[in-house]
Amino acid sequence: MASVLLQSLLDEDALRAADADASSVRRAAACALLRDGLPRPRDEAWKYTGLRALDQRRYANGDAAAATREIDAGVCALPGVDGACLVFVNGFFRTDLSTLPTHEGLTVSCAHDAAPALVREREAESADARADAFVRLNAALAGDGLLVRVGAGVHIDSPLHLVFAGAGGECDVAWQLRAQVELGEGATLRLIEHHVAASANAHLGNLVAHYTLAAGAGLDLLQLQDAAAAAILIRRNDFHVDREATLRLHTLEAGANTMRHDLNVDLAGRGARLLSRGVFTLRGRQHADTHLVVAHSARDTTSNIAWRGVADERARGVFHGAITVAQGADGADAQLSNKNLLLSPLAEIDTQPALEIYADEVKAAHGATVGELDEQALFYLRSRGIPLETARRVLVGAFCNAMFTDIAPPLRAHLETLLAARLPQAGEAA
Amino acid sequence: MLKIDNLHVRVAGKEILKGLSLQVKAGEMHAIMGPNGAGKSTLGNVLAGRAGYEITRGSVEYDGQNLLELTPEERAAAGVFLAFQYPVEIPGVNNTYFLRTALNAQRKRRGEVELDSMQFLKIVREKLSVLHLKDELLHRAVNEGFSGGEKKRNEIFQMALLEPKLAILDETDSGLDIDALKMVADGVNAMRDPARAFLVITHYQRLLDYIEPHFVHVLADGRIVESGDKSLAHKLEEHGYAWIAERKVLDHSRAGAA
Repeated sequence: MASVLLQSLLDEDALRAADADASSVRRAAACALLRDGLPRPRDEAWKYTGLRALDQRRYANGDAAAATREIDAGVCALPGVDGACLVFVNGFFRTDLSTLPTHEGLTVSCAHDAAPALVREREAESADARADAFVRLNAALAGDGLLVRVGAGVHIDSPLHLVFAGAGGECDVAWQLRAQVELGEGATLRLIEHHVAASANAHLGNLVAHYTLAAGAGLDLLQLQDAAAAAILIRRNDFHVDREATLRLHTLEAGANTMRHDLNVDLAGRGARLLSRGVFTLRGRQHADTHLVVAHSARDTTSNIAWRGVADERARGVFHGAITVAQGADGADAQLSNKNLLLSPLAEIDTQPALEIYADEVKAAHGATVGELDEQALFYLRSRGIPLETARRVLVGAFCNAMFTDIAPPLRAHLETLLAARLPQAGEAA
Repeated sequence: MLKIDNLHVRVAGKEILKGLSLQVKAGEMHAIMGPNGAGKSTLGNVLAGRAGYEITRGSVEYDGQNLLELTPEERAAAGVFLAFQYPVEIPGVNNTYFLRTALNAQRKRRGEVELDSMQFLKIVREKLSVLHLKDELLHRAVNEGFSGGEKKRNEIFQMALLEPKLAILDETDSGLDIDALKMVADGVNAMRDPARAFLVITHYQRLLDYIEPHFVHVLADGRIVESGDKSLAHKLEEHGYAWIAERKVLDHSRAGAA
């Protein structure tokens, strides 16, 4: 069956535009995608996330009115975060809503036609015969591009806030966005990737971001995903972490109808470190599929990963956590934990921890559980007079909040509030 | 206040309580003693409303209502409190938040005004001092990383804060050193009140030296087999629970001979 999705997006106009930027990369990505189509269920990486419904949907390629859509500034705001803020509406950079950073050593460019150049830089990636379909789609169509550079030795303490807002439109829009973040030697940056819903919409968002951390650099990235309840969001983050560099990653997945998030971390230099804490909380018929793939490519690299998932009603969560320790990467320390709570008999969570070790001297541990709320704890709370629904919320909240204890207080409180609002029966106040 | 009549309870298909009857009036302190496996903890859990206990016969009346029909939280609001034999650790739930949520949920259900954080903290500080517990405990997660003694004192502290009408202490003395035992006893004695009743479940007579009961009952094989005043506790301490069993055998043989 022909792909309605791909035909609606990769029409003649789009292909001509891809040709026009004097690069064969975009055209090639489009052709390869039309030839191979979207991944099918037999594709291991997409086993739990069926794309058949998406494949038969029609989208407009980009939002022609993105430059003028009204956005409520309230949905973008985060407590304690009031510095530089870059706002993208339906994938389109909005100068009028953004505040560019003024810090010396921090360069930010958000050109409307920057994506092709960023795509060309990584030509091999989308040209690869095994390239992910959504990377190809992004390579073929992304217009806007974000480039963030932090100079060597520069420390940016005030977080750079990136807002990706989905806003209403006359029809469902598919947007593609490229981002590239480069930290020079010893540079540090705090970054917030914030997905919000400025209206109820059923858009398809596709964000591909590359991060490079040079030796001794430190990136603190908070990913806060609260997209529209009907939205489909596909994200891919590739991190290259060099010698003695540290990536600290906190991820909350709360919104969207269907979301797929690929996180690929290459601990490429000796002593590179990853700390990852994540939570997904799902209800209704939400579907969230997280693939966290970590490669220990060098000696003395460490990864410390803990993710928690909660699924209520008919929601489905997938967590695929794969760690590979390459040959020669001795002294690696890899810790992976994934705990999940099912709050309804119709909810489902699939967890797949995977550990492949090719080095000799390695410390590694991984564990995954899927369970229900602890009956003993529930009874203890109820025996003190706390109503059942409140007790459930308290316990689920504590389960999730434990992943965000090292986030600064005002922002942490915001995360906890956001989580609380997502928990079961939130409408029935205690 | 509490009237248990011919209570039969099954746990996982096995009958644990086999016709237990007991009456407790306001202001009274009752001790329930008995050998392991007699059903002491089952009694406490059934009264507090824990799931997994099947009541096959009998009734429990509390303050004129059928206690067994109430949810655990309704029982708590009605004034029933169980000090757990094994207090549960709840990581990530702050003690202050837990206590305030509990107290205000009870007050709300009773139609009383909820307390704001200032009023609440004032009461908390008063009660903490009675149990010789540190303020620091308030900032920790519920029972997490507490020593055995701290957990038991925390139970009594919760009791002091929630001010129940009927307090059931399930082996609160087990695992306590003598100092902690005295603190727990002080906490209980400070709460004695003509309007409040206690049901103290214990394996040993030791606690009863500090908390003088009005009545001592021996629970064996699922029912009360002997009741008396506090001297009964001393007799048990001296002769052991086997003494009760032997006397029962004698009773039976006498009944058979007659």
